[in-house]
Amino acid sequence: MYRKKVLTSLAAAATFSMLLSACANQAGPGTTESSGSSSKVNIPSISKVDVPSGAVKPAGDGKATCPATTTLAYAGAQTGPNAQLGVNIFNGIQLAIDQHNKANPGCQVQFKKFDTEGDPNKATGPVTQMVSEPDILGVVGLPFSGESKATGNIFEQKGLVHITPSATNPTLTENGWTTFFRGLGNDAVQGPAAAKFLTGKIGAKKVYLVQDDSDYGIGLGTSTSAGLGSALAGTEKVTTGQKDFSAVISKIMNAKADAVFYAGYYAEGAPFDQQLVSKGFNGTFVGPDGVKDDQFIKQAGDASNNAYFTCPCIPGELITDFATAYKDVSKGAEPGTYSIEGYDAATVLLSGIDAGKQSRADLLSWVKSYDKDGLSKHYKWDAKGELQAPTVYGYKVDNGKIVPIGPIGE
Amino acid sequence: MLPSLVPLLPTENDWITFDIPSLIQNFWSATFDGLTFGAIYALVALGYTLVYGVLNLINFAHSEVFIVGCYAVFFTLSSLGFGPSAPRLDIWAIILNLLLALVLAMLASAVTAFLLERIAYKPLRQRNAPRLVFLITAIGASFTIQYLIYLWRGPSPELALTMFRPTPIFDVFGTIVDSQQLVIIIAAVIMMVGIDRFISKSRTGRGIRAVAQDPDTATLMGVNKERIIITTFVIGGLLAGAAALFYVMKIPSGVQYSGGFVLGIKAFAAAVLGGIGNVRGALLGGLLLGLIGNYGQILLGNSQWTDVVAFVVLVLVLLLRPEGILGTSLGRSKA
Repeated sequence: MYRKKVLTSLAAAATFSMLLSACANQAGPGTTESSGSSSKVNIPSISKVDVPSGAVKPAGDGKATCPATTTLAYAGAQTGPNAQLGVNIFNGIQLAIDQHNKANPGCQVQFKKFDTEGDPNKATGPVTQMVSEPDILGVVGLPFSGESKATGNIFEQKGLVHITPSATNPTLTENGWTTFFRGLGNDAVQGPAAAKFLTGKIGAKKVYLVQDDSDYGIGLGTSTSAGLGSALAGTEKVTTGQKDFSAVISKIMNAKADAVFYAGYYAEGAPFDQQLVSKGFNGTFVGPDGVKDDQFIKQAGDASNNAYFTCPCIPGELITDFATAYKDVSKGAEPGTYSIEGYDAATVLLSGIDAGKQSRADLLSWVKSYDKDGLSKHYKWDAKGELQAPTVYGYKVDNGKIVPIGPIGE
Repeated sequence: MLPSLVPLLPTENDWITFDIPSLIQNFWSATFDGLTFGAIYALVALGYTLVYGVLNLINFAHSEVFIVGCYAVFFTLSSLGFGPSAPRLDIWAIILNLLLALVLAMLASAVTAFLLERIAYKPLRQRNAPRLVFLITAIGASFTIQYLIYLWRGPSPELALTMFRPTPIFDVFGTIVDSQQLVIIIAAVIMMVGIDRFISKSRTGRGIRAVAQDPDTATLMGVNKERIIITTFVIGGLLAGAAALFYVMKIPSGVQYSGGFVLGIKAFAAAVLGGIGNVRGALLGGLLLGLIGNYGQILLGNSQWTDVVAFVVLVLVLLLRPEGILGTSLGRSKA
């Protein structure tokens, strides 16, 4: 009988709370729709990109020979909160290796994957294991800046060449490593381009900069805030794994910012944007390459409609041949962010193996002196391992899909 | 605009900066968010406090009782079509769905608490195990449940659930109080008042207090101790399940195998802050801890300070009042 009483009071409380949310919700749908679409700046999307005509393909001339043990490897996230960015890359690598092996019966290159979960603290184990396998001649990875910083020395000690398809922290090439090559523009390029995009095409007057605590987020945050100048309304930090952003959001709302730039990854970026829109923010959300993924839309839901992205990556989905072939490897998924960069990086290494560079030292000097077009851009590195002519693209969310809007920051 | 924020840039060497203008500017929004979190902490804290009052046991697995409730909310609502986007349902359908999720979450958490008591603690009690063994068992049970969920659902958080888009209700000094904050605070406070009355007025409540005060005499007086223990665990579970719904409402992407751990520690701290074993103490401690953490976070400019500030205050309070703010135990409180 008394137990009934407690249940009754709990039920009463519950009912009351629901009624309250009811009153609240009555006004809901109308306001949501108006804030969702009204203030978004409309920048048209592009539908094609130019592919260099002489781009090197993984297939080569079909006459390559190599030992059956020849192996290329991928190290990076396969699981973990930002796994999708890794999946995009190794599917691109897998495609390059498949095409190569199909065309070259005399040279069947093996492919091995090592999972770092994208976590700098976990990356050293798998990478140490990887460099100690003598059959591995070259590596595509690591995708993220923090884990790249943590493992660069391990590659250096064993003279194992690795091309990162996506790590953009500028300081990575300042470590004196001779085995590290970056297959895209770094954040010293992306940050200023993002700043220009925000104040130019987006037309933001007050930009709130939010950065996470990763090497990537901190580096990109610094280079972006320098470019924003007086349009910077404030800076805020979040933590990897953070779930609640209410304090950050109230600062943004009180500062009356009309755009937010989030320097970090989608694992925090998606719930952040979702909570931001829930709190009534109707400005623009701009995220960098670490946020630009379909997972962002999936996790943020309709809140993602306010989002734009900057990325030193080429929209691989617009290159028809590549996109069609990619879907066979990825079981139907479109190429994602950095799929084509992973494919190109693997192609650089494969063409070296085909040219007879079948030891670690030979393959390393092959990459050093490489000077050819890839599918996404021209690949030629300077002495530090930076590419010479990187481009930054803009993207937007349109009807639940990420579509490119062309090069930005020029 | 906000010159005080400039020192936050990573090039600066100061690692602690007091951002007072920002605290003043954001004071009221920090207050309402803090109260919202505090209400959730308090509901979970009640579970710690009740079990501690009756068994002198810190049930560290209570955070997993809570996270099971979160998963129940997640599965109920996602099977009803809720997702990261705002639901396209009419209000009454949303209310019905949320009520269903609430009931199922409370049930799931209560069943977890019940099983936990039967499987992990009862055998120890029958063997008169020392208290340290109970404590280790509680920690072990916490990890067991946590990693069972990990094996089942993996390391990534579940998809976010938007239950409804919060709408502004009224203004306090220019700060908007939205429907979500109001729902959580009011519902949680009503539940806590209900529990407080239940413990002090009802026959079962009297039984709980009797067992807390002196289990042997209570048994001699005809109180069924085993039943009281089970009831206590189940009440704690029911409240944790309700907290789970509010938690997912507040933090839509918070459903993750490890998601209860830190919240559990904070709820436990809230119980200690208010005076463990004291029902009103849990309420007060929860709300205070929520507020302090949120103010600290804004004052120091980084979310990682939330926990640091909350626990520093906890230690300071305990230095002055080792029994917690309200200090009395469950048994003596209103006997």
